[in-house]
Amino acid sequence: MYQYFYDLTGSVIISTLITAVFPLVNVLLVALIGVYLERKVSAWMQDRVGPNRTGPFGLFQTIADFLKMLQKEDATATDIDKKLYNIAPVLVFAGSFAVYAVIPFSSKLIGSEIEVGLFYALAVSSFVVAGILMAGWSSNNKYSLLGAMRSAAQIVSYEIPTALVVLAMVMFLGTLSLSKISEMQTAYFWNWNILGGAEFGLSKFLLIPFMLVGFIIIFISTLAEVNRTPFDIPEAESELVAGYFTEYCGMKWAMFMLSEYGNMFAVSAIVSILFFGGYQSPFGYLGNTLGINWLIPYEQAFWFILKGWFFIFVQMWLRWTLPRLRVDQLMTVCWKYLIPYAFVNLIIIGIITLL
Amino acid sequence: MKEYLKNTWLGIYTILVGMKITFKHLFTPAVTIQYPEVKLKLPERERNRLYVNIDDCIGCDQCARACPVSCITVDTVKSVPGEDLGTTSNGKKKALWVTNFTIDFAKCCYCQLCVFPCPTECIYMTDVFEFATYERKDLVYQFSNLSPEEAEQKKINFANFQAEKEKQKAAAAAVPKPENPSQPSTN
Repeated sequence: MYQYFYDLTGSVIISTLITAVFPLVNVLLVALIGVYLERKVSAWMQDRVGPNRTGPFGLFQTIADFLKMLQKEDATATDIDKKLYNIAPVLVFAGSFAVYAVIPFSSKLIGSEIEVGLFYALAVSSFVVAGILMAGWSSNNKYSLLGAMRSAAQIVSYEIPTALVVLAMVMFLGTLSLSKISEMQTAYFWNWNILGGAEFGLSKFLLIPFMLVGFIIIFISTLAEVNRTPFDIPEAESELVAGYFTEYCGMKWAMFMLSEYGNMFAVSAIVSILFFGGYQSPFGYLGNTLGINWLIPYEQAFWFILKGWFFIFVQMWLRWTLPRLRVDQLMTVCWKYLIPYAFVNLIIIGIITLL
Repeated sequence: MKEYLKNTWLGIYTILVGMKITFKHLFTPAVTIQYPEVKLKLPERERNRLYVNIDDCIGCDQCARACPVSCITVDTVKSVPGEDLGTTSNGKKKALWVTNFTIDFAKCCYCQLCVFPCPTECIYMTDVFEFATYERKDLVYQFSNLSPEEAEQKKINFANFQAEKEKQKAAAAAVPKPENPSQPSTN
């Protein structure tokens, strides 16, 4: 992407800025539309109407909320650890935003085309735990601390099934680069990894059920990593007020909110890159059939964002379907179910890849 | 091991069932009624704010007496001869000026007991139920169509009439009484 804009503008500063600002705009848009959609989807699923007063169909509800948030007093409790308290939201947001550096929105729109993209994304997203622990500890509040502890336990536990599935995928694909993984699943949807990858043969059909298992495992565990219902025990509002961000308000609180939605999209993006072809179109490109080459990257970005939004929708769908898990149930799901299945899946995918 | 696999299957299967249900609800129309714009049909015998059609009121005070919480105040003044008050819609002749007809809805218990005794059916329930106010005194509704000055005038008129009558009576009593000498009462 940097190269693309460098060729376009010929200026180092402008191309760097655009490269850096694009993911930020994306995160803001995801949060803006995501909050609205979250409310609407929840309302529709509960046979309600949802926001419909601010603007047509309540479309400006999030903007109104954002303006309200900006005006709020930055109230802080007296006995907090000021330094950690102020750094925590920034750290959480930075952690979730840093993932966007390696996410390929299309073949041209990548912040940084590093070879260890997948590894980097996993590493940086677990960075969020530090921020959450900081927030919980520095708030000097029992709810915050409990929430932070739960969050740490949860994220650390669910990293393992995620990593195991990613490992299986890396074994199968032979690369850690997210853009290369996307390129491998080119052309039509039967080349996607969920349907056994691009290589046509017996192994493709053998892989399909195990890919499905892998997808389910990584979807569940990433859902837990971004603290969404049914895995939202760190911020369980009926037990812990708001968990680790109970003491936050105004813009600092908004940072946590932003990072939540940023994380949602990032996780959806990684799942779609690993299993659903990333930015690849399922039906071939309009640009190819019409012979307009410059259209292809935009089409790819469209498909990528569409896939991301689809998984965000599934996350919301699950949120309004399932009740919250208890702490012990959460650990049971991870250690007793997801990890053994992920291990078996890893071994089987390994064997099939070897064949 | 069998139990374990069964649990796994049950976990995934029940989640899918739940998701199917919520997905169906995604397309079910909302049950919400957009209240200020859309209102539910009120029940047939609902009891809400009272209204007094003062043109039909004969000032009989029966509603005020029926009221269990005394929220209706009716003050009347008799009309003087020569004043035409008109008739009510069911043909009764009005003889009293209703100088003051207030209902304090802060006190009203919406029992509808005042409605039944009314001989002219001029006090009745409306379908207005949204009349919250910021001040309690705003809940005191005045139904009399006479302004305070007019009411005062009517009172003075009647007082003058009364005084004149007294005077006439006194005059009539004073002049022809030869056979009935005025004696102070002894007992």
